[in-house]
Amino acid sequence: MRPPSCKHLLALFTVFALLLTACGSETEDESTATDGSAEPTDEAGSTDTEDSTDVDGAEEDVAAPATGDAVPVGVLHSLSGTMAISETAVRDSTLLAINEINENGGVLGMQIEPIVEDGASDWPTFAERAEKLITTDEAAVVFGGWTSASRKAMLPVFEGTGGLLFYPVQYEGLEQSPNIFYTGATTNQQIIPALDYMVEEGLTDVYLVGSDYVFPRTANKIIQAYADANGLNILGEDYLPLGDTNVATIVSNVVSSEADIVFNTLNGDSNVAFFKELTAKGNTSEQIQSMSVSVAEEEIAGIGIDNIEGHLVSWNYYQTTDLPRNDEFVEAFKAEYGEDRVTADPIEAGYNSVYIWAAAVEKAGTFEVEAVREAAVGLELDTPEGLLTVDDNQHVYKTNRIGVIRDVGVIEEVWNSGEPIEPDPCLANYEWAEGLAQGECG
Amino acid sequence: MTTDMALGRSYRPLQSPWLPRAFIAVFAALLWFWPAVVDDPTRLRQWAEYLCFAIVAIGIDVAWGYGGMLALGQGVFFGLGAYSIGMYLSLEQVPENAMPEFMTLYSNYTELPLLWRPFSSLWFAVGAAVVVPMLVAAALGWLVFNRRIRGPYFAILTQVTALVFWLFLVGQLELTAGTNGLTNFGTVFGRSRFDPNTVIWLYRLAAVALIVSLVLAYRLVNSRFGKLLVATRDGEDRVRFLGYNPAVPRTIAFTFAAGLAGVAGGISAPIIGIVAPDQFEILPSILMLAGVAVAGRGLLFPAVIGALFVNWSGTAISESRPDDWLYIQGGLFVLVMAVAPGGVVGIVRTMSSWATGRLADDRPTTRSGTTTPDAATTGATA
Amino acid sequence: MAQLLEQLFNGLSTGSMLLLVALGLTFTFGQMGVINMAHGEFIMAGAYVPYVLQTSVGFLAGFTGLAFLVSLPLAFVVAGVLGIVMERVLLRRMYDRPLDTLLATFGVALLLQQAAKDLFGAPNVSISVPPFLQGNLTLGGVVLPSTRIFILLLSIALILITQYFLYTRVAGRRMRAVMDNRDLASSMGLPTGRVDSITFFIGSGLAGVAGVAVSLIGAIGFQTGTAYIIDAFLVVIVGGLGKLRGAIVAAFALGVLNAFTEFATSASIGRAIVFALVILFLQFRPDGLVSFQTRGLIA
Repeated sequence: MRPPSCKHLLALFTVFALLLTACGSETEDESTATDGSAEPTDEAGSTDTEDSTDVDGAEEDVAAPATGDAVPVGVLHSLSGTMAISETAVRDSTLLAINEINENGGVLGMQIEPIVEDGASDWPTFAERAEKLITTDEAAVVFGGWTSASRKAMLPVFEGTGGLLFYPVQYEGLEQSPNIFYTGATTNQQIIPALDYMVEEGLTDVYLVGSDYVFPRTANKIIQAYADANGLNILGEDYLPLGDTNVATIVSNVVSSEADIVFNTLNGDSNVAFFKELTAKGNTSEQIQSMSVSVAEEEIAGIGIDNIEGHLVSWNYYQTTDLPRNDEFVEAFKAEYGEDRVTADPIEAGYNSVYIWAAAVEKAGTFEVEAVREAAVGLELDTPEGLLTVDDNQHVYKTNRIGVIRDVGVIEEVWNSGEPIEPDPCLANYEWAEGLAQGECG
Repeated sequence: MTTDMALGRSYRPLQSPWLPRAFIAVFAALLWFWPAVVDDPTRLRQWAEYLCFAIVAIGIDVAWGYGGMLALGQGVFFGLGAYSIGMYLSLEQVPENAMPEFMTLYSNYTELPLLWRPFSSLWFAVGAAVVVPMLVAAALGWLVFNRRIRGPYFAILTQVTALVFWLFLVGQLELTAGTNGLTNFGTVFGRSRFDPNTVIWLYRLAAVALIVSLVLAYRLVNSRFGKLLVATRDGEDRVRFLGYNPAVPRTIAFTFAAGLAGVAGGISAPIIGIVAPDQFEILPSILMLAGVAVAGRGLLFPAVIGALFVNWSGTAISESRPDDWLYIQGGLFVLVMAVAPGGVVGIVRTMSSWATGRLADDRPTTRSGTTTPDAATTGATA
Repeated sequence: MAQLLEQLFNGLSTGSMLLLVALGLTFTFGQMGVINMAHGEFIMAGAYVPYVLQTSVGFLAGFTGLAFLVSLPLAFVVAGVLGIVMERVLLRRMYDRPLDTLLATFGVALLLQQAAKDLFGAPNVSISVPPFLQGNLTLGGVVLPSTRIFILLLSIALILITQYFLYTRVAGRRMRAVMDNRDLASSMGLPTGRVDSITFFIGSGLAGVAGVAVSLIGAIGFQTGTAYIIDAFLVVIVGGLGKLRGAIVAAFALGVLNAFTEFATSASIGRAIVFALVILFLQFRPDGLVSFQTRGLIA
């Protein structure tokens, strides 16, 4: 082995230097070109335009919000990796809402220009892209995230840079960041009503099954506390590593426990394997019922209707929710993305997020984060899931709906809470939950 | 280096060492002025992150390029370093001896667990970020190499180690925050993490660490130990016949690589601002390797440039084409490995060989050839 | 007792699944030394085959059972062709650089994942389980799902077919010859290049068949392959490179071990224990369960 040859090093270095400069100048040209035209976004909403400001791009002065014809907003979901299975559709509904608003004249007379980024199912990437959207692209707001982990990764970025995030998915509560609006359900709008329903129906022998991460663990802690106070009987608790499909042993445990109902907080592919195995062992919803909080319309096709028909889910919205605003939404969604696509709770929450933000901006008369935040509180909006009110803890009032899975993409509502439930992420209004909510919620 | 490994005759480099030194000097200067070119805290933070991965790449190149050990689980060592500093940063956010936020939310602990306590000291955390990965690597390496586990076996074994590490982190929610990982570092070493000055400061830290690592690595591979390492790679049995235990240089090189990964991980924690298990799993570990493979191994400096390029291009491509950037990145890997045996350095090498008419010299002699002079870049492995 | 029996069956069933996903790798990785990161994506391609047949091919759409059976050989061909294309176009250039194949095939894996996402959409899809595989069998108080019994039988059938092919067919014997000693085989006039292609075709094809099995019990989506790739490598390593017998024993041993550790602890801890045991095991048997004696000094 000879020592490093200088000639090679020199040549290699030159090659890479050339590559870097070539790429750099290319993107620069691109972005300057866009600056000049400043056209509204194309209908698909994918932006190849101003999002690639690179090392040299910093020199150009990125238009500050409210000075051009378009206001940049970030759309940050996983489009690759395991979470793309769920998040891609939320991205779609977010873009749909943006297009609709643009067609109706935009916000404060400006078109919304979505900048789509891929979180790649990787939490540091979420943090990195969020920072890029807020600082480099000067996005007025970011719509995005799905997993708790991605939200936890982005939270310090939004708090540190003063950005604004709309997070569209049900989550484990115990959090209240001033820079985040939570448009999905918190635990007292999804899990606790589901437990109430189970008690009402006499399904009191419960087995807890979940993926091994924060949402299921926290949910199950809440369920334990609820069970102690309300006479539910917890027969067992099992966790599967995220994404694991090796469910045989867990299903054996569930079946031999002779539980009435499984409270299921599994995520993604694990759900598919779990329901396939449960069915193959001869258990329909007649034998062992289940209550899922992470299975919505979109997941049914992947699990197979034969495996999950008749099982229960708890959400705040279904494609079948019988409201005029929802008919419009479903029609628009299918017209845009295809008849075979379905809407579901997080998809609808992503769609609502844009409308909440737009309404808050109109009310505030500015894109300033602080003003928008203040304006958003107390807003009332007609959404596909019904009348929606934004609480001062930046969560929204939501009606809980228990549904039964009937067909591919079809969930039928069998029970609802009657009126929108006040969001209570810290479970401060539940005596039995004392001691659960600490930390920020204190 | 132990004395029994001395090769008898002192080794003198065939070429004067001033040119690599000049390269490093120019590179260091470039790194120093880079913040002025970038001029955007967010982008600079990304560059600081790429620099960390370049440090890992140096270690991988020492182990793989010079030692023939394809380490597919560097994420483990990177992660150990990152968690050490991450634990310190988590404790920095709360009063002394208080539990970090996630622990109050998700665990049943009433006071800070023993494992966490020493990490309230910065020096302990920094020490642990370097020493713990090296200890783990030394133990693993010594066991594995003495059993003569090599080549693909070693590669897969390191991969499995990464998987065990991931499962452990995910499974110990109360201790490690599970999948969420350690996050919400509002301040790092007393400064606000989003202050542009902090970013520049962190960037400089990473840059200095990179240059120091590079210099150390050059010294290591150009020493007699380096010769022994290459000899072990190319002719293990001959080395053994000469009275050396091949496990020694292998373990040392692997430990060195782990140490660099630990340092890089430690520095990356305040830069990236999150320490989560998914960062250290198998896929990220493969991506840490990609830069070395694309640029070409066995020369150190190309590995650095390759790592910077792969990370930078990954960001650039996925930002410009969020929907189908995997086509481009996947295509890049396929293309480089197909047209450039041994990475870009391979092309350069071939071209310069044509120019000087020494083509035959630079090619490995046979498919199973064990003693080709340039086996490092063309990839002779077990 | 019934519980233990049930875990034993669960373990064997997991083992048969492991064996299916690893069988192809014993050829491509075990014998040719290609670290084929795209193996998982060949499994994914196979998993989509019954879905396409059941939903898109008109005359088969009504006969889910027939479509499923047809998909077994078809998945073999589809994945096999993907494999042979990759071998011819890409890997052929890098047989003397086995570790370089890692990044190249990783690139192919990324391409295939993205292609599947564009072709079939991001959400998972599912198949209708054919009528003859619905339901289950009760044996000694233990409920055995028909799908799992089928997968167990399928893995046994594939072992027998592979054995038959390797030991009695000319092409199979050539494969073994090339794998045992490439230079010697070549000097005897064997077209090693063509044999390599056939090996890769078979190895990848077996991954496709494994994919059909996956479609019965797991998820079918563009990320399906990533869930199985490491397990597959593990089985081959534990079994011993290129050793069919070793792979069989390793797969079932790992499956049963996993079922019982999981039963005794929890899923996450159970998995970690199994992998830690594997690392420990390799300390004692670095060449895997089955290794053959060689006079060569360099393994």
